[in-house]
Amino acid sequence: MTNTQTNRMPQEPMMLEEVKIRLAGDCLIHLSLSVAAGEVVTIMGPSGSGKSTLLAYIGGFLPPAFEGEGRVWLDGKDVSSLSAERRHIGILFQDPLLFPHLSVGGNLAFGLTRAVKGRAARKASVCEALEAINMAGFEGRDPETLSGGQKARVALARTLLSQPRALLLDEPFSKLDADLRVRMRHHVFERARSEGLPTLLVTHDEEDARAAQGRIIRLAPNGMVG
Amino acid sequence: MRFRPLHSAPMLISLLMLGPVLAGLLGALLPTFGWLPVLGGDSLTLEPVRALLATPGLARSIALSLASGLLATLLAMLMVIGLLSAWSGTRLFRWMVRMISPLLSIPHAATALGFAFLLAPSGWIVRMISPELTGWSRPPDWFFPHDPYGLAMIAGLTIKELPFLLLVSLAALPQIEPRRTQNLVRSLGYGPMVGWVHAVWPRLYRQIRLPIFAVIAYASSVVDVALILGPTNPPPLAVQLVRWMSDPNLSMRFLASAGAILQLLVTLAALGIWWGGERMASRLLGCLVQSGLRFQRDEWARRLAASLNVAAVLLMLLSLGGLVLWSFAGFWRFPDAVPVSLSLNTWMRQGPMLMEPLYNAVLIGGLATVVGIVMTLATLEAQSRMGKRSGRSAMVILYLPLIVPQVAFLFGLQLILLTVNASYALWALVFGHLIFTLPYIFLSLSDQWHVLDPRYMQMATALGRSAWAIFWRVRLPMLLRPILTAAAVGFAVSIGQYLPTLLIGGGRWETITTEAVALSAGGNRRLIGVYALMQMLLPFVGFLIATLIPTLFYKDRRGMTPADR
Repeated sequence: MTNTQTNRMPQEPMMLEEVKIRLAGDCLIHLSLSVAAGEVVTIMGPSGSGKSTLLAYIGGFLPPAFEGEGRVWLDGKDVSSLSAERRHIGILFQDPLLFPHLSVGGNLAFGLTRAVKGRAARKASVCEALEAINMAGFEGRDPETLSGGQKARVALARTLLSQPRALLLDEPFSKLDADLRVRMRHHVFERARSEGLPTLLVTHDEEDARAAQGRIIRLAPNGMVG
Repeated sequence: MRFRPLHSAPMLISLLMLGPVLAGLLGALLPTFGWLPVLGGDSLTLEPVRALLATPGLARSIALSLASGLLATLLAMLMVIGLLSAWSGTRLFRWMVRMISPLLSIPHAATALGFAFLLAPSGWIVRMISPELTGWSRPPDWFFPHDPYGLAMIAGLTIKELPFLLLVSLAALPQIEPRRTQNLVRSLGYGPMVGWVHAVWPRLYRQIRLPIFAVIAYASSVVDVALILGPTNPPPLAVQLVRWMSDPNLSMRFLASAGAILQLLVTLAALGIWWGGERMASRLLGCLVQSGLRFQRDEWARRLAASLNVAAVLLMLLSLGGLVLWSFAGFWRFPDAVPVSLSLNTWMRQGPMLMEPLYNAVLIGGLATVVGIVMTLATLEAQSRMGKRSGRSAMVILYLPLIVPQVAFLFGLQLILLTVNASYALWALVFGHLIFTLPYIFLSLSDQWHVLDPRYMQMATALGRSAWAIFWRVRLPMLLRPILTAAAVGFAVSIGQYLPTLLIGGGRWETITTEAVALSAGGNRRLIGVYALMQMLLPFVGFLIATLIPTLFYKDRRGMTPADR
């Protein structure tokens, strides 16, 4: 690492600099990209193009079979050498992945940042978060009893409570039915914008890309930017 | 790189499996050639080997061990093949699985004792049909158990290993998609059973080969079942060995060591014969494929498979029922089918005597289980963090203590512990049990561990939680049920251990199992019934707790019910 690189301050909240991901020597992804606060950039590509792997690299959970290189800048800091839990990058998957052993409130409290201290304050934060998604009073509920849309909203709220500095969306709408998908897209993008989060959306659904109203990057089947 | 204690867990667990087995074998090998300085053996000699070979009846002992190992495994395996190929997915099959799962956890000794009570000349079955059907007013004159050909022992081992092989197969089957494959072969015109044997069995067999080897090794070297059901003069090799090992004349230790090595060779020979059988069977199967024979009319074979399996389960259930009945029996004259009266007398009299062996069994089993669970969790967590999974060689290491005969390496281990003055200590005994509980705990937990969706852990990481926080707050609670089940399995295995308790405990630690086996020679059925029943109860209580705790804990969490997993 040379000094010139460490000192260079990126212009945007999230920047990918010369990110390359290889599998068994083959280069799957080669990408540089900057995402502004509140901007949603969509990455599209057929399955197997490595778009989910890219999110895994940014989030810090690249499977050992892959090799990744390149920097990820967040708010002017290079986070690519940090472990995943120190990066403050929120992620949403296809499934809401609410922890089945915790209540709805427990799930939110699990996500809530440690910066909020004290029992009462933490409870209040969880309560507020539920109000913000029109689910006030759901603290004690078993997540398994929620509808698909409610689960998805709780999952988003949980991620936002951890105060991420960027948001990664790994086809989060693909398992919702058509009607719900439209509303969830609206909800997620609006929250991301209002929180000023640089957001990367990975999808193969054109509708998702259009609704995101941001730049669209298309990956060719071999993962190179087409 | 920074040293992380957790990352040494997989290494530690391998050492714990390999170490005692290798050390124990070495500890038996040296005295075999006369080297055991503690007892004055400080020169190399072939004297112990000569003494061993001069033992009267040795050839017969070896033959009995070989026969029981191979025949019991073969019969149990054929019954499993019959059941799976002919009845998968039927009501009979579900009934079998439901009946058989709890039977797995019952210690071998208890099953053998129940089996002896049921089929003995004065046993329950004869009593049920006498004198009406048989005209007998006195017990008939047949030799059971302890028949000279070991048939009682082989039969007892067969029905006891059947549940194990069936459940191991059921665990492996889903990866093979047996239904679709069997249907495909049937559409080519093959009968259902032979179709299953062609399409499913070879792949299933590859997956359950190690458990089958473990069964062969176990059945060819078992001590407690052989003591209860096997021939006495000459006995199977393993029983003969234990006699030498516990002989007050210390010079017999040399003979016993030579015997332990012989037992290892006999078990290896059994495995070798099996291996040859595998080759022959696959050639035969190959010829069958070539011939294109369809065997469409397999109704008779289906019926045979069903009756054998149902008979085995009924025998087990009646055996265990008989034990319960005997323990509560008052006066029970011979040809009567049931006792004249029931009483709590035996229980009341034995109550105080039961306390110490019960306490010991729970203490040793509890410690061996807790240590086993902690080590297993540490290993799995370390593997997850390093992004690794146990490979094929790790499986072989895990199975090593189950495939090398207990009696062959435990004796050498005992000699080593004696020389360092650690024998009879509680920790040594717990360690002795751990060698056998750990593989079962690990095998029972590792699949469930890896099945847990890794995205839950990624999600928790993205929420800013550390690896340890995720271990305690996500993995452990989500895996509570399989962890407790694995613990119950480990506990049940420890409760059933006879030989480690006897050898490493040096007879100073009486457990329910050592008492039950010791009593079996006496013939007081009421008393034996009490101890055998306690032997069954302990594992049962373990599994009960393992089921109840998660159910209570997660009663408002639908996502945590077992049906969901």
